[in-house]
Amino acid sequence: MASLELTGIRKSFGATPVLDNIDLTLEQREFIAFLGPSGSGKSTLLRIIAGLETANAGEVWLEGRRIDTLPPGDRGIAMVFQHYALYPHMSARENMAFGLRNARVPKDEIERRIADAASVLEITELLDRKPAEMSGGQRQRVAIGRALVKEPKLFLLDEPLSNLDAALRLRTRVELAQLKQKVDAAVIMVTHDQAEAMTLADRIIVMNDRRIQQVGPPMEIYSRPANTFVAQFVGSPAMTLLPATLIEGGEFASLKLGDGSVVQTKVPRAGLPSGELRLGVRPEAVRVASGETTAKAKVDLVERLGERTLVYAHLSDGQPVTAEDEAYSRVRIGDDVSLAIDGAAAHVFGPDGTGYHRADA
Amino acid sequence: MTAARDWRGLLFALPFLALYSLILVFPLLRGVWLSLNQVDLFGDGHFVGLGNYGRLLHDPVFGTSLVNTFEVTLMIVPPLTVIALLLALALNRAGKGAAVIRGIFFSSAVLSVTIVTLIWRFILAPDAGLLGEAWKAVGWQPLPFLSDEHLVLPALALTTIWWSVGFPMLLFLAGLQQIPEDMYEAAALDNASRWTTFWRITLPSLRRTLVLVVMLQTAAQLQLFGQSQLLTAGGPSGASRTAVLFLFEAAFGRWELGYASAAAEVLFLIILAVTITQYWATGRATGAADGR
Repeated sequence: MASLELTGIRKSFGATPVLDNIDLTLEQREFIAFLGPSGSGKSTLLRIIAGLETANAGEVWLEGRRIDTLPPGDRGIAMVFQHYALYPHMSARENMAFGLRNARVPKDEIERRIADAASVLEITELLDRKPAEMSGGQRQRVAIGRALVKEPKLFLLDEPLSNLDAALRLRTRVELAQLKQKVDAAVIMVTHDQAEAMTLADRIIVMNDRRIQQVGPPMEIYSRPANTFVAQFVGSPAMTLLPATLIEGGEFASLKLGDGSVVQTKVPRAGLPSGELRLGVRPEAVRVASGETTAKAKVDLVERLGERTLVYAHLSDGQPVTAEDEAYSRVRIGDDVSLAIDGAAAHVFGPDGTGYHRADA
Repeated sequence: MTAARDWRGLLFALPFLALYSLILVFPLLRGVWLSLNQVDLFGDGHFVGLGNYGRLLHDPVFGTSLVNTFEVTLMIVPPLTVIALLLALALNRAGKGAAVIRGIFFSSAVLSVTIVTLIWRFILAPDAGLLGEAWKAVGWQPLPFLSDEHLVLPALALTTIWWSVGFPMLLFLAGLQQIPEDMYEAAALDNASRWTTFWRITLPSLRRTLVLVVMLQTAAQLQLFGQSQLLTAGGPSGASRTAVLFLFEAAFGRWELGYASAAAEVLFLIILAVTITQYWATGRATGAADGR
């Protein structure tokens, strides 16, 4: 049986549409990430599932029960808020007990659940503290604990890592991944951080402009982006897109770039649309090289990341391109460099933005 | 920091300190000095030590005025606080309608006490007043609010509540708007009923505002004066004479400036004591609730 099912969800705020006909099915115990930029509708969708917003049309089903007609508290859902939303005048223990008391869970049962959750989250010694006496990371653990003790069928996490500093964010990411193994429920996490989505989710729902752009496992999203939006949103730095024209002949598409250089891809020629195409290459598929190279470029910016160097350059026709070089690159701003584009790792995008990929990737 | 720098810092505060001393500290001390003297309008008066205070202790009129003051304060502060809170809860929403009604409820607060008492004289007058007519309409005998010694303090309280409700309402509205929306969303997901949400989320979040409103209103109503003087002049037979009206009569009716000053000092100490007690009590309660 499916865990969560959304059918035909539509939502607009006044005259502004924010969600347009969203359909989605979650498997049991699946960890899903809603990934998208601000204003893509991902938070609104989460709030519709939680019952904090009402959809204009569509249905929400959770484990065979229609829940969009129920108040938030009756849906079997727990949510961890972006700013935690802990009750400031209650201790951690009272924060966790509040929902259970309202649901008339017996007292010893409440205490057992709090003790269990506290030991899993290692917050036992914080239970009698108030939110004001805790650090950001501790508050978040309590907020997660408050969700855990409800033993919900679905967890909703709204940007769970956005308020933590970089070091804590990495640690919490690992902990969330471990937590996911322990809970017997599906999880939906809203994030605009693709690294969070890639590392935590079983499947990523990429959202933009009111719609789901692509649904798939992280590596599929990365290696077979459905369209130019997904291609550029997922992956850092973004994929380079170069206008190109198709050269006749061959089983796989050969594309001629604006500066005249030719890239031989592994994308099947059959099925490609006619019209203006774009070649998509991730930085790691474009190397600064000598010897057999594809194109010449002039360097605009060099970023040394330690383990590798990113080179932002432009081709002779002015098209920007992002390339990679070794850690101790000697490339400097203003240099003329040769680029080797790995056609086997390249993608092709049609005039409407649809992505075409090599058959086996 | 060197001593010289300290002095230069003081220089910046000097204009304020001078003004503060002139218009606040000096009159305060001057008042204390006056209260130790027998002074009338003419002449310098002479030192009588604690004589004025001794006289106050045995003055039944002053005693009654203090009792009246406490009674009317108790009649005003609790209902005023509750009504202001209820209004704020009802009007804490966006939209033109709520904004207009907020404005209407606040508008009484900008009226001067003379206007307020004029309006309420029309309402409370037994023969042709609004309440009297309403009473008559249901077939009852109109009540003489301003001439019955048991009704006059409630009438004063009613007038004062109507006049003063706007500002505490604004304070509560400000307090309500400080409560983050996601707290209510968390409560909704926690299955909290509206009643539980109010008692466990809203009210605890408003505690500081509540304390502030009660303390400000208590200190203000212990100094109630204009309504009493203008509506009833303290009558009937002193039943609505408040402490400030008493010292006003002593100072500017009988020109017993020293005696009036002594009454003022006593009232000052009472207000100070009440306020400190409230502060201390709520501080303890807050400390206990915060787990400190």
